[in-house]
Amino acid sequence: MPHDHHNHLSPSGHPFRADNDHPLSYWQTMEIAVRELLIEKGVTTAAEIARQIDAMDNRTPANGAAVVARAWTDPDFRAALQHDASVATSEMGFDIGPMKLIAVENTADLHNIVVCTLCSCYPRNLLGLPPDWYKSRAYRSRTVREPRRVLAEFGVTLPETTQIRVHDSTADMRYVVIPARPDGTDGWSTDDLAHLVTRDSMVGTGLPKSPDALA
Amino acid sequence: MTDTIPQADGHRWHDMGGAAAGEVPLADHDFALWEKRVDALMILCSAKGHFTVDGLRRALEDMPPSSFEELSYYERWIASVSQNLVEAGVLTTFEIGERMSAIRERGQTYGDAADG
Repeated sequence: MPHDHHNHLSPSGHPFRADNDHPLSYWQTMEIAVRELLIEKGVTTAAEIARQIDAMDNRTPANGAAVVARAWTDPDFRAALQHDASVATSEMGFDIGPMKLIAVENTADLHNIVVCTLCSCYPRNLLGLPPDWYKSRAYRSRTVREPRRVLAEFGVTLPETTQIRVHDSTADMRYVVIPARPDGTDGWSTDDLAHLVTRDSMVGTGLPKSPDALA
Repeated sequence: MTDTIPQADGHRWHDMGGAAAGEVPLADHDFALWEKRVDALMILCSAKGHFTVDGLRRALEDMPPSSFEELSYYERWIASVSQNLVEAGVLTTFEIGERMSAIRERGQTYGDAADG
């Protein structure tokens, strides 16, 4: 191999994808062919594709964290989010387009978790592209059947008295979990609170960070 | 391979909710440029009305069950995107095949074969 990344992680802390080192694949060749032909036929342009990728890269879980932290601190916004999450998040600049977004709130007695059993539907406007595990056979198959076991694999163990509610997304309807605000954060600013909100806590496979994490 | 893939009774393979499966693989990876480009092509072509997300899904779900294990996510997507564009009359299989042959002549890695 021309480059050996075995012991190196990317800036985001993930391994480099193996096929960056591999010979040109059949499917990569197809991507190049389709893209070039679409540009030559005037369907799109290289600049438009680059802008789309930039927009994709700019949609990160920080968007969702800002929504959650605001819901924790602004009762009117929380009500608007419960009423119509598509509109409420769009007004913060996180447009979900024609899809319906539903925000589901965790409480002391209820934990929500989101899956897409049929495919990989995900609130991309708030969280970016879905992680590999969200698209895996194991997560898609088992979350609706044994959510407690799936949660345990993510290191989340909830009391038996906590009800778990599983939401199955569709192409037209996406869910985001509003985790419960951690104790010990009275008086915190919205910006500081947002730092406690993780991607997984908004999918339901995790919990917010402890306030000690920022102390 | 197909025989070993568990499926819920009466469901097509992609409708896998409730089926038995192993542990959730928690390893993640950074998306490669070609994968982001596939995603961008899907978004742009659907925004321009050439096909819909339902068309993307239909072609994905009509793949054999083994494709889920043998192809990566965006490999399945580019297969579906190109199929939908052919069905819509935007591209032909001939010109895709011809261009793929030309691209292979350019180099042995994605960087060498792709413009930029």
